Amino acid sequence: MEKLTVSSSPHIRASENTRSVMLDVLIALAFPLAIAVYYFGPRVLSLAACSVICCVVFEGLYRKLLKKPNSLGDMSAPVTGILLCFVLPVSAPYWLVALGAFFAIVVVKQLYGGLGKNFLNPALAARAFLAGFSSFLVYIKPLADPYLPVFGNYTADAVAQATPLSYLKDVEKLSIEQLPVTEYDWFKNLFLGQMPGSIGEVSSVLLLMGGLYLVVRRVITPRIPAAFIGTVALLTFLFPRGGIEGFEYMRYNLLSGGLILGAVFMATDYATSPITPRGQWVYGVGCGLLTVFFRYFSAMPEGVCYAILLMNTLVWTLDKIGAPRRFGRRWP
Amino acid sequence: MFHRFRGGIHPPGKKDATRHKPIEPLPPPARVFLPMLMHTGVPCEPIVRPDQEVFMGQLVADSKELMSAPIHSPVSGRVLAIEPHPHPNGSRVLSVIIENDGRDMLHETVHPKGSVESLTPEQLLLIIRGAGIVGMGGSAFPTHLKILKAREKMETRERCDTVIINAAECEPYITADHRLMLEAPEEVLGGLRVLMKLLEPKRAVIAVQSNKRDALEALRRTLPGKTRIELLTLRTRYPQGSDKQVVKSVTGREVPPGQLPSDVKCVVFNANTAAALHRAVTTGQPLIRRIVTVSGSAVANAKNLDVRFGTPLADIFNATGGFREQPVKVLTGGPMMGAAQHDLTAPLIKGCNALLAFAGEDVPPPGNEICIRCGRCARVCPAHLLPIYLYMNERKDRLRELEKLHLDDCIECGSCSYICPGRLHLVHSMRTGKQKLRDSRKEAG
Repeated sequence: MEKLTVSSSPHIRASENTRSVMLDVLIALAFPLAIAVYYFGPRVLSLAACSVICCVVFEGLYRKLLKKPNSLGDMSAPVTGILLCFVLPVSAPYWLVALGAFFAIVVVKQLYGGLGKNFLNPALAARAFLAGFSSFLVYIKPLADPYLPVFGNYTADAVAQATPLSYLKDVEKLSIEQLPVTEYDWFKNLFLGQMPGSIGEVSSVLLLMGGLYLVVRRVITPRIPAAFIGTVALLTFLFPRGGIEGFEYMRYNLLSGGLILGAVFMATDYATSPITPRGQWVYGVGCGLLTVFFRYFSAMPEGVCYAILLMNTLVWTLDKIGAPRRFGRRWP
Repeated sequence: MFHRFRGGIHPPGKKDATRHKPIEPLPPPARVFLPMLMHTGVPCEPIVRPDQEVFMGQLVADSKELMSAPIHSPVSGRVLAIEPHPHPNGSRVLSVIIENDGRDMLHETVHPKGSVESLTPEQLLLIIRGAGIVGMGGSAFPTHLKILKAREKMETRERCDTVIINAAECEPYITADHRLMLEAPEEVLGGLRVLMKLLEPKRAVIAVQSNKRDALEALRRTLPGKTRIELLTLRTRYPQGSDKQVVKSVTGREVPPGQLPSDVKCVVFNANTAAALHRAVTTGQPLIRRIVTVSGSAVANAKNLDVRFGTPLADIFNATGGFREQPVKVLTGGPMMGAAQHDLTAPLIKGCNALLAFAGEDVPPPGNEICIRCGRCARVCPAHLLPIYLYMNERKDRLRELEKLHLDDCIECGSCSYICPGRLHLVHSMRTGKQKLRDSRKEAG
């Protein structure tokens, strides 16, 4: 008899592994990526490719230089790459994307030990870092004719446009009694995504489809997105500003400013979100509260990025207070 | 209707290989090896000498301790030796080795004990203890002790009100309980009647997972028109057959941490244990054989066999036609909680319901263990634990944290390891952590 393998139970494993989970996320990200190509042109694809390649190269190089096991097979670097390009406008120069990829992969992810060990969302932390280069981040009109060229310069003034939320902020400042509905039609511009914005944030409907795919595949639970979006919806409906009617104001806040992207793809990032159901509810509500807080009381029109990054730091505490009821014991 | 327990997984059942195969008796081998530990508890002491002639069903080893179960000869023949022999637990255990004379001459003590109605509870208990019956679902806990503990509470308010025959059989591959219920439903029901006489419960339930509806049908046909026995269909979900989960499914009650089903007025017995009780009373036959499912990708013919205890595992495989290809892993028990074997001269013992052999492609290769914090382990944990936090704390020897996270509540079902996309050895870490806690408590006195 040949030697038999002896190991502790269980002796079978589910077919799902880290790689298949990441591939599912990539599939979900393909929905909003596709429509972004339609709205902003082929430069979206070249930016995404640049971002993914930079992330993969930085991850591979870092682990090679530090003699750590190769981790490219887990496919988490491409996910970070796509998410990073999602939070940048199509006007972003390639060197800026590369800089962001370096920050996300090396500083935020690998320096803390790699996949699963980072305590901040890499793509969002990189976005916060790149905010210092705001002069390069110009929001472009969708369906501009012609599209922004893949290479070469562009005349910013011709195609730049205020994003819905910065537009909303101006409306609030001027205290216009009625929001002129002519500027942004809620269905065509906000829901379908024909608006200026970051590559991945514009189309709420496709982001939600991607989220639905992840829920159906049981990659994520709907708790965090539901709590996040629900909190923002409730607060903006109850406390509209600038003399705008509550429902209208809520619609603007939900469908723009990267809220859906943040709630579905960023706040649900495994490494930086709680695993306990109650922790996830509290986390989602916290993200929502902070987002509304930033939108109401700070100079930033969006706030989603910083809200999620702040909540990232509370994850372990939330899991501690969110620990499930002990089997065989009543609450508390 | 059943209650739901939280968590659990749904691994591929893999039962089709044997679910339609009738139980075949396996001729006893030339030699049987009876380790003094065929149960959970105190080992027995041999009461036979080398060269002594023994008969089938004759007592060969016993113990004065309550937490033990006597051992009987499964064949007639001659005691060859009493010496250490490989045991399925991986060590060598003192064993009585008997040479089979092939005549299966019954010992004089093996005769019908009378009807359940005519026997007193005390007589029934003596019969059960004398027959060496233990939990045959895998625990191998002495059955007489379980009944005794429940009977101690009969005059109190905590008396047992529910007897559950656990035929969930939630582990993949195994069909030993399934075939028993199909082919001998009257034995399962007979065993339940013995238990009803002993424990006088309000409810007597046979709980079967929904993937065995034909077995339920067989039981239903055997039941008399008017009966108190309930047949309950449970949802197919691992670990449905775990004591705590089956109690929750049947009664909605949760067994508190560190306690037993009897603390919530339930007593649980495996279907094969019930059949053994029935046989011990009606035929007087002690526990000397059991139904074993032989399956897995490496075996040539998957089968359900009726095997005498003490038969070396290699003999059992050979009797089914050997291996289709070289096995890389051999298990006693199911793939979720079974034990990997390295020496196939080890014999079959009482708690072993399956013998599985896997070829290379079914044995997951070791990989990088990387937690991505997906939380699936916490989602599937039927004990309401957070395996990943336990794992991280165990790795860093933070024993106080392990206690705070209730590591001792872990039932080691393996659901967390099964589901983990990062392939972490979570259950292994739970076991190591429990050992570390035990060691530190011992040190502290």
